[in-house]
Amino acid sequence: MARGPSSPVFLERRSYRRRRLQDAQRLLPVLGMLLWMVPVLWPTRDETGHVTMSAAIYYVFGVWCLLIGLSFGLWRGLKRKVDEGTEPPAGDP
Amino acid sequence: MASLNLLVGVSLVYVAFLFAVAFAAERAAVRGRSGWLRTPLVYTLSLSIYCTAWTFYGAVGYAARSGMEYVTIYLGPSLVMIGWWWVLRKLVRIGRSQRVTSVADLISARYGKSNTLAIIVTLMAVVGVTPYIALQLQSVTLALSIFSGPPDAEGLNGLNPLSAGFWVAGGLAVFTVLFGTRNLNANERHDGVVIAIAVEAVVKLVALLAVGIFVVWGIAGGIGPMMERIDASALGTWELDRSRWAALTVLSAAAFLCLPRMFQVLVVENDDERHVQIASWAFPVYLLLMSLFVVPIAVVGLNLLPAGSNPDLFVVSVPLAQGQTGLAVLSFLGGFSSATSMVIVATLALSTMVSNHVVMPIYLSLKSGGASMSGDVRNVILLARRLSILLIIALGYVYYVLSGGSGALAAIGLISFAGVAQFLPAMLGGIFWRGATRLGALSGLCLGFAIWVYASLLPSFGQDAVLPASFFEVGPFGINWLRPYAFFGIDGMDPTVHAVFWSLLMNTCVFIVVSLLTFPKPLERLQGAQFVNVFDHSGQARGWHASVAASEDLMIMAQRILGASEAQALFRTAAREQGMTGHLPEPTPAFLERLERELSASVGTATAHAMVSQMVGAASVSVEDLLAVADESAQMLEYSSQLEAKSAELSRTAGQLREANEKLTQLSVQKDAFLGQISHELRTPMTSIRAFSEIMRDAEGLSVAEKTKYASIIHVEAIRLTRLLDDLLDLSVLENGQVSLNSATGPLEAVLDHAVITAQASGDGRLRVTRDNVAGDTMVTTDLDRLGQVFINLITNAQKYCRAAAPHLEISVHADAKRLAVEFRDNGTPIPDAARALIFEKFARVAEGDGSGAGLGLAICREIMARLGGDITHVPQAAGNVFVVQIPRRQVLAGQ
Repeated sequence: MARGPSSPVFLERRSYRRRRLQDAQRLLPVLGMLLWMVPVLWPTRDETGHVTMSAAIYYVFGVWCLLIGLSFGLWRGLKRKVDEGTEPPAGDP
Repeated sequence: MASLNLLVGVSLVYVAFLFAVAFAAERAAVRGRSGWLRTPLVYTLSLSIYCTAWTFYGAVGYAARSGMEYVTIYLGPSLVMIGWWWVLRKLVRIGRSQRVTSVADLISARYGKSNTLAIIVTLMAVVGVTPYIALQLQSVTLALSIFSGPPDAEGLNGLNPLSAGFWVAGGLAVFTVLFGTRNLNANERHDGVVIAIAVEAVVKLVALLAVGIFVVWGIAGGIGPMMERIDASALGTWELDRSRWAALTVLSAAAFLCLPRMFQVLVVENDDERHVQIASWAFPVYLLLMSLFVVPIAVVGLNLLPAGSNPDLFVVSVPLAQGQTGLAVLSFLGGFSSATSMVIVATLALSTMVSNHVVMPIYLSLKSGGASMSGDVRNVILLARRLSILLIIALGYVYYVLSGGSGALAAIGLISFAGVAQFLPAMLGGIFWRGATRLGALSGLCLGFAIWVYASLLPSFGQDAVLPASFFEVGPFGINWLRPYAFFGIDGMDPTVHAVFWSLLMNTCVFIVVSLLTFPKPLERLQGAQFVNVFDHSGQARGWHASVAASEDLMIMAQRILGASEAQALFRTAAREQGMTGHLPEPTPAFLERLERELSASVGTATAHAMVSQMVGAASVSVEDLLAVADESAQMLEYSSQLEAKSAELSRTAGQLREANEKLTQLSVQKDAFLGQISHELRTPMTSIRAFSEIMRDAEGLSVAEKTKYASIIHVEAIRLTRLLDDLLDLSVLENGQVSLNSATGPLEAVLDHAVITAQASGDGRLRVTRDNVAGDTMVTTDLDRLGQVFINLITNAQKYCRAAAPHLEISVHADAKRLAVEFRDNGTPIPDAARALIFEKFARVAEGDGSGAGLGLAICREIMARLGGDITHVPQAAGNVFVVQIPRRQVLAGQ
């Protein structure tokens, strides 16, 4: 997330918030990947303390809803920030 | 029970309805009312072609066999969409700025518009997607077989699966040709197709949700009882092949990006980058809904239906078994929708690739005239696309027949996924790593693909079908570590995971290593920079050096590819933008790039590049050539700037020489004039001296007064001669540096006083001399006599040459840290510019005065001042002249 040499060192509060929202957006798939890989750690049928299917369904779909909700929230937040802000959306990868 | 004929009828009506929708959408688009066609909702729904008939029917079967594993197929795409910021954003931007038409086009364009690469990616895509198309045929045929009644005594279905598959394939082919190849430009986007698949997306979602709701609330009696039923069933405990869970999530994510049909809807049909952001949460919602009821349907199907029923068909067979024929038909239509939309978009995408990257280059190279032959190429392209569609569906049918239509749907789908996932390293490497090279991509793709064919595709036909069974037991030719399911002797890996792991690993490694070892061509490097830094500059690669291209030829070519009216409009707009009135614009590089982009939307990047290059020069001008030219010009530029500097220096010297020459000429003229003058000057006194001395010698009876008068005349004339000779001598001494200076310190004012008195003594007294700003205590240390001589000369000059009615000389002193400047300002006629350069030269005489001067005064002054370390200059004025005598300060001491 390196900025170009011409970028200012400090940003005004609104741009700062927008950048942090973008960071969150970038990290969201990492969070999703981690949460969805948790079932790999669960004990399976033959092992003790196995998980029931209904719990697994609740977990996988719960994570799904969480990610969708966060993604939606970030989209709304960024959209509002972009609408408010005069600065064009940042183009740095 | 619904008869087969009814079902076929319903399907036909449904297809007709889709046609109507597509047709209406295209009409609306033509009329410019396409706003509602391109909403984020339609974009999101069009992505749902990811959910094919495999997903629709197969997911339930998958769940019935392997529990929750089916969900990985949806998790990967969900992660890709949620992480749109990383890859999709860049892909979409690149797709738009480079006018990419397909995944093959993207990879080819990134690696230097390489047609070899495009052909290989196209072939790989065709081979990779073929099982997928077979899968659609198989699911629709299977679903039809459910309606046709139970198997008869010989164990055969009432429906012959092969002939049914054939008819389904034929129907899909006709449908796709009619839908997809009505217009040519892939980037004009298929409005009709997109709307149709959006409608189909709704139909399949509604159908699956309807079956799910019926199962949960209609059969099981709510969510709680349903969950109890699930926990009590055979699927009730968590069971997982851990490697498959991770590998399939990654694989589905990769396939989501690489599948030609997904690339088509994600990138090519994308109308607005903001739609991707909305789809980033909306499409996961769609996927969630599509997978929500899969386990309940599977569990209820396993409970209700007799053992041995095909779980792939529970979505249809469960409602049918419950007597819900309407729901079953809706469910069938959902699956049918999934199959048709997938086949349409997949074959469209593939046919674009085949016609752009395989057929057109061959066709163009066969035609001797290249791109400039006569006839409308558009028909050729359309025909190529239609034939490609038929070919691809035929291949799918052949695979369906060969594989026996028996494998589980999910397994076939995963083979396909693994095949297209081979594009991923080249694609991601291409958009994130500038060092990725064409050879790297080529070798990675080929190796990955070969491993996939060997370890995944060929074994899918069954042992001994293509690969002999011995391969699986002892390896090919007894090479143990090359067994298709156990590379390097590592046994026990799941075959799918095994194929995905080794093919992608080898692919990536070879891609990176070869990229590191090879050196990219200039065009690759240009394109690489464009792709990787697409957000920094969304401009186009600079390519054409255009002056040789004839606009007319370009026009003829463009007409055949874009269509006459479109091409004319394009050229007219360009001409207008260039400020020209005609129909043909100048073939500027900018225009050629634009034309190439327009063409590439129809025939692909590599072909368009080749066509324009054929037009632009008699021989094709490659970017390498251009870069070479650019290098040369840079060198020449440097050389010429050196030359320029030298020539500027020379011309400066020449100017100085000319000036010197002019001066010399003038001086020579003056010298001649002076010689005449000095002869005259010498001769006049000599004549009088001779005449009067002769009178005094020869005449008798001269009075004393007369004698005295004549003697005085002789004396005066002799003095004049002496003065003239003194001056000449003085100057000669000064110029030769033989003068000795008697340095002394005295007040400046005294020197001035003496000079004024001395000068005025010999004048007519008309000149009024005033002094200003002369501090009495200013002391000078210099040769005071010589300085006085300069002052006297200047005052005398003013006396002699000032032609004003009331001649006036003002003497003023200005002191600064380094110098003391004495100004002599008179109110006479200014010295003309032409003469100014010469006044300090010897023998120079500006005005023809009284003849008493020999033009040596100022020359002597200058010499004296130079000896004293000072300077004398003339400053031009509007009226009058100013002579400034500058005396160096080190010889000036302040008084006590």
